[in-house]
Amino acid sequence: MSLLLVGFFVGFGLLIGILFGFFGMGGSFLVTPALLVMGYPSRVAVGSGLAFVFGTSVIGALRHRDHGHVDYKLAVIMTVAMTIGIEAGKRVVDALHAAGNADIVISVAYVGLLATVGLFTLRDARASGTTTSVDLSERVQALEIPPMVTLRGDVRVSASIIFGIGLVVGILSGLLGVGGGFLLMPAMMYGLGVPAAIAVGTDILQITISGAFGAFVYARDGFVAIPVVATLLAGSALGARIGAGVSNIVDEDDIKGYFATMLLAGSVAVAAKRVGAAYDIGVLNTVSIALIFGATVVVSGAILLAAVCQLRDDNAGFWCRLSAT
Amino acid sequence: MIDTLSLPPTVQAAGLIGAVLLEAMVLHVGYGAVTSALGPSVKRALGGE
Repeated sequence: MSLLLVGFFVGFGLLIGILFGFFGMGGSFLVTPALLVMGYPSRVAVGSGLAFVFGTSVIGALRHRDHGHVDYKLAVIMTVAMTIGIEAGKRVVDALHAAGNADIVISVAYVGLLATVGLFTLRDARASGTTTSVDLSERVQALEIPPMVTLRGDVRVSASIIFGIGLVVGILSGLLGVGGGFLLMPAMMYGLGVPAAIAVGTDILQITISGAFGAFVYARDGFVAIPVVATLLAGSALGARIGAGVSNIVDEDDIKGYFATMLLAGSVAVAAKRVGAAYDIGVLNTVSIALIFGATVVVSGAILLAAVCQLRDDNAGFWCRLSAT
Repeated sequence: MIDTLSLPPTVQAAGLIGAVLLEAMVLHVGYGAVTSALGPSVKRALGGE
């Protein structure tokens, strides 16, 4: 591996680490397409992406644990439910493959879900209060279905409902072939009323477990590029530390706004790629790549800028107004 | 010296996961020491103090 490539992977890892530490998502979602663009075979791209996500999430989880942002009860229930759900989701994919319409169904579902969650999150961040999420989570918390559990942030909710949400997220995760972070975090925040920082920390712990399992499966068949993972991790380890630290400084509503931006950019990128492939329009593939890399640079930059503005107690300067969502 | 390529794929995969975990832990501790040492002054500098 050339020195230039080492520098690229370390730098790219740093940006992804910031996003991962801050949002609890954005690992394989960004790394796998990047490796595909660079010419790595698809299974190596997926396997290396998973191994990288595992390594980064270990660091993110440790950092969030230090800040007291991990709820182990919630993580255990979610992990068990999601494991069952992912298996069910895979069976749905097999059935769709047998029917011959898997690609179109999965693409439409993926774009639709990213866009829906993105728009919902954006609306919530733009609203002066958080009435929608408060209403929904209060209704969920009012449902006394045993056994009830008390989570961090003094949230009392039914374990059966947590299990049900985990199961649905797991099914969607298995169906779409994604880690599930972009679904799990809003589900915990809006559905259960878990504070954003704890939702991120718990989500990262869950990703660590599923990432380890996924990486193991691919590594068994020799589909993990170790130098790529090692260099990406060298950058992301620092980035995850920065991202998790910044999530302690920056306002919760800012987190929601950036999160929505990432999801919407991802949704448009996937849609552009699919349409480009279907109608053989090369420029749409370029648009998709530009959106993925552009969103990584812009959003991680905005996070750092928001942190600096917060430290300086500046919300009137041009750049600080620009970074506020 | 152990020839890792002659080991069963499951053992090789477990070794790889262990290596990634080890690298992550070493980086966590290493960067932790660096940020503990430099973090406060960087924070002060960014905060304009």
